[in-house]
Amino acid sequence: MRYIPNSPEERQEMLRGLGLGSAAELFDSIPADVLLKRQLDTPAALAESELLELFESMAAKNAAARRPSFLGAGAYSHYAPTIVDSLIQRSEFFTAYTPYQPEISQGTLQAIFEFQTLVCQLTGMDVANASMYDGSTAMAEAVLMAERVTRRSRVLVSAAVHPEYLQVAETYVAHAGIELGRLEVDEASGRTTLDPSALEKDVAAVVVQSPNFFGCVEELKSFAEQVHAAGALLVVVVTEAASLGLLRSPGACGADIVVAEGQSFGVPVSFGGPYVGLFATREKYARQIPGRLAGVAYDKEGRRGFVLTLATREQHIRREKATSNICTNEGLIALAATIYMTTLGRRGLQEVAEQCAQKAAYARRQISAIEGFSLPHSAPVFNEFVVRAPSDAASLLRRLAESHNVTGGLALSRYSPDRPNDFLVCVTETNRRADIDALVEGLKAS
Amino acid sequence: MTITKATTHVTQNEALVFERSQTGRRGYRLPALDVEETSPDELLPAELRREDDLEGVPELSEPDVVRHFTRISTWNYNIDLGLYPLGSCTMKYNSRLNEKVARIPGFANLHPLAPEEDAQGALQVMYELQQHLAEITGLPGVSLQPAAGAHGEMTGVMMIRAALDARDGTTSDEAQRRKLMLIPDSAHGTNPASAHLSGFTVKTIRSTSEGLTDLEHLRELCAAGEVAGLMLTNPNTCGIFERNIREICDIVHGAGGLVYMDGANMNALVGVARPGDMGVDVIHLNLHKTFSTPHGGGGPGSGPCCCTAELEPFLPVPRVVKTGAAAYKLDSERPQSIGRVKAFYGNFGMHLRALAYILTHGHDGLREATEAAVLNARYIAQGLAETFDRPFDSPPMHECLFTDKRQTRKGVHTLDIAKRLIDYGFHPMTIYFPLIVQGAMLIEPTESVGRAELQQFVDAMKEIAREAVEDAQTVLDAPHTTRVGRLDEAAAARKPVLRWRPAEKAAGA
Repeated sequence: MRYIPNSPEERQEMLRGLGLGSAAELFDSIPADVLLKRQLDTPAALAESELLELFESMAAKNAAARRPSFLGAGAYSHYAPTIVDSLIQRSEFFTAYTPYQPEISQGTLQAIFEFQTLVCQLTGMDVANASMYDGSTAMAEAVLMAERVTRRSRVLVSAAVHPEYLQVAETYVAHAGIELGRLEVDEASGRTTLDPSALEKDVAAVVVQSPNFFGCVEELKSFAEQVHAAGALLVVVVTEAASLGLLRSPGACGADIVVAEGQSFGVPVSFGGPYVGLFATREKYARQIPGRLAGVAYDKEGRRGFVLTLATREQHIRREKATSNICTNEGLIALAATIYMTTLGRRGLQEVAEQCAQKAAYARRQISAIEGFSLPHSAPVFNEFVVRAPSDAASLLRRLAESHNVTGGLALSRYSPDRPNDFLVCVTETNRRADIDALVEGLKAS
Repeated sequence: MTITKATTHVTQNEALVFERSQTGRRGYRLPALDVEETSPDELLPAELRREDDLEGVPELSEPDVVRHFTRISTWNYNIDLGLYPLGSCTMKYNSRLNEKVARIPGFANLHPLAPEEDAQGALQVMYELQQHLAEITGLPGVSLQPAAGAHGEMTGVMMIRAALDARDGTTSDEAQRRKLMLIPDSAHGTNPASAHLSGFTVKTIRSTSEGLTDLEHLRELCAAGEVAGLMLTNPNTCGIFERNIREICDIVHGAGGLVYMDGANMNALVGVARPGDMGVDVIHLNLHKTFSTPHGGGGPGSGPCCCTAELEPFLPVPRVVKTGAAAYKLDSERPQSIGRVKAFYGNFGMHLRALAYILTHGHDGLREATEAAVLNARYIAQGLAETFDRPFDSPPMHECLFTDKRQTRKGVHTLDIAKRLIDYGFHPMTIYFPLIVQGAMLIEPTESVGRAELQQFVDAMKEIAREAVEDAQTVLDAPHTTRVGRLDEAAAARKPVLRWRPAEKAAGA
C-alpha cells in the first residue's frame, strides 16, 4: 500500500524486534470470537488512474452540475477567486489539526481570529465563534442558547425559515425541554407576521430568516422592538450570506444572535457540504456562545499571539454541563470564507451583492411579464423570489431542463405540497444575462 | 550597497488583514453588469440597506492576500511536515488524490436540490460508501448525514432514545422512562455532552487498574434497572482493547439497554474486528480519522452513524437508497426516524474522499493500514518503556499511553515535555487525556510514518527525559524555536479579546 512508508520487509523486522512472529499477533488482546476471520468484502485496490476514471464516470452522471442553474434555497453559486482554493490547499492549512498547541498553530489561530472579526463586521455583532457545521445546525444551537440565556422554554420560529433548518431544530430540541411554536407568513407580502399576543412570558426567542426562504427581506427592526419588549431574544438566520454586502446588518436591526450559512463566501455547492455555519452574538452573551473561540494572548516577551480561549464552556472541561457538544467545526471552510471575504474586501462584497440584486430584479421583470406567470409576494427581495406558474411547477421545471438545458429553480412542492404551482428562482452574479433570457424563453415556450 | 540587519522579520511579524488594509486596494474584478440597471430605491428601500459602507472590512490587492495567508501558514505544523502523534486524533496522511477527486466539477458544482435523476452519480457515491462502511463495521444501517464525530455521537444517542421509546411506549410515565446513560470515566468529553443534549442523565463507570471497564461496577449500575445504554470507546482511550466487550454488551442488553460505540479509534480495528460482531448496536465513525479526510485545522469532519437492522428505522432522514440496478434516490418516508440532523445530506465532499480512500486501499490495504498503525504504536511503546512510566501493562493497540510520573520529581510535567518536543521538530502528543491518568501522554503515530522517523521521535523523548534531570530549566522554558513562546492562556481568558477593532475604538473599549 503506497501510503504506508514501512515496506513489508521492514515491518517483519519490526515485528521480530517486538518478539512477534506475525502481524496477526499484534491483535492477541482481541478475543478470538470477535476477530474477523475473513477478508473484508470491499473492492480490490485501484490504481490512481483507475480511481480517477471511476469517479469521473460517476461525476458524469450528475447532469445537473453542467447546466446553468437558478437554484438557491440554502446553497448558492457564487464565483470564488482562484486564490481561495489555491491557498486552502497549502499543506500547512489542510493537513493541520485543531490548534491545541498554539505555539505551532499560529497560522490557523490568526486566521480564525480574522474570521471571527469579519463575521462580526458583516453581521453587525460583537462576538463570533470559530464556526459551526453549517447554517442549519447553527440555528439549532442558537435555539438552545436562547433557552440558556433566558431560562425560558418556548421558541417561536417563522414559517419562512428554510424548511430543512426547521427540521434540524426540531430534532435538536426533541429532548431539551424546549417547545417550538410557529409564526405564520402573510401570503400577500411573503413576510412573517408577529402577533404581539404570541409573545407570552415563556417565549425565549423569536427566530426569523432574512431574506427568508421565499426571498423576502423581513422587517427586522420592528421585530427586534417587539421581541425585546417581551424580554425575549431575536435570532436572525441568513442563508444567503452574500446579502450581507447590501442589506442592513442584523446587528444594526437589533438582533441578539445571528446565525448564517457561509457557503456563499467562496465555497462550492458540492451537493450540500461541507459548508460553514456562522454564529455571532452580543458581548454580554459571549460566555454562552457554543463552539470554539480564538482570542489574543501574549508570551513572556510581550509578543502577540492567539489561543483557543474561554474553554471552560467546552465539553472537555465541563463534560455534561458544556454549552454544546460541538468539537470539530468547519476550520478549513471557515478559512476559505476568510480568504474570500478578504480578497473581495470592503468594495467587492458590496459589488457582488449589488450585482446579485440587479440581476434578480432584471429576471423578476422579465418573468413577471410572461403571460400566465406572476410574482405572488410583494415584499422587497435580495436575489431570490417566488414565481407562480400557470401549471404544476415541478413538471414545468423538468420540461425546461430537457428542452432548454437550464435548471429553472426549485419547485416549492418539495417542501409545501399545497403550493404546486410555485417555484423559487435564485439569481447570482454568476448568471449571465443570456442565461436569464434563456430561462425566460423556456418559460414562455412551456 | 550595504545590507543592514532587519529588525523585524516580515514573515514572522505578519499583521492582521485589518492592519494591512489600505484604502483603495482591490483584489478582485467582476464582469461588468450585463442587465439594465434598476434604480437603488426601486431595488430596495433605503431603510433596508446597509449604512456602514462595510467600514473596517479590509481592502487588499491579490498579492497582499496571497502573501498574508502564505506567511501565516508557515507558523503551522502539519502532517505533510512530519509525525503528528496526537493520540485518538489519528493524524494520518491526507492523500492529494482524494483532494483532486473532491474537486471534480461534476461533484463540486452539483447543487444539493438538483433533481435526483440528474444527481445519480452523487447518490451512487453515497450509497457505495454506506455499503462499505456497513461491511467494515458489521452494522448494516448507515447514515452519512452527521457532520462530525460529536454530531454522529449525538445522532447515535438520539437513536437509542427513539428506539427505547418505540419499544417501551412513549405513553408510559415520564418517571418510568429509562434515562440513565453509562459512560466510562476514560471517555472523551463529547460523550457526556452528547448524552446530556439527548435528554439522558449520565453515570460514570470506573476503570480497573488494568485500564478496562470495571465489570462489577457496570453490573451494579445495570442492576438499578433504569439503564438506557452505554457509551463505550473501543479500543478505549487508554489504547487498550476492551477484551470483555461481548460480556459488556450482554450485561447492558440484559438490563434492557443499548450499546453505543464511539468509533474514534476504529482505525485500530478496520479489517481485523467488527463492532457489529461484538454486540454493539450503534457506532459513529470519524471519516477525518480512520478514513483520512483532512482535519483542515479543525474541520470539516464527517461522522456517519452505523447501526443494527433493529435500529435502522431510527436513522436520520433522508436516507440514500437503491431503487434499481443503478438507480438511487433519497427516501424520507421513515416515520420512526429521529428526523434530520443537518440541512441536505452531510459533508458530501468528505464522503468522496473517504470512498476514494477505501477504493485506493482495497480490502487487503485496509487491513494492512490497521496492522501498520498498531505496529508503529508498539514500536514506540517498546522504545519508551524504560524511560517513561506506563500506567497500564496491557499491550497497546494503535496508541500508547505514558505519564510524567518519573519526570515530575524534577518539576518537569507533561506540558513541558510536550512543549520541548516542538524544539525537536515534532508535534506534541495528546496531553492530559484520558482524564483518569495523571499527567497522561497519549501517543498515536498512525501507519503514515516510517521506522527511521519513529526512532527519531523515541530518541527525542529520551533526550527530553535526560534534560528533565540534567537541565530541567531548558525543558520548562520550551519551546525555544517557535515564533511565539508559551502564551498566557489564563490572562487571555480573564479579559477576552475575541475580535479586532480599529485602534481608536479599541483604546476606548
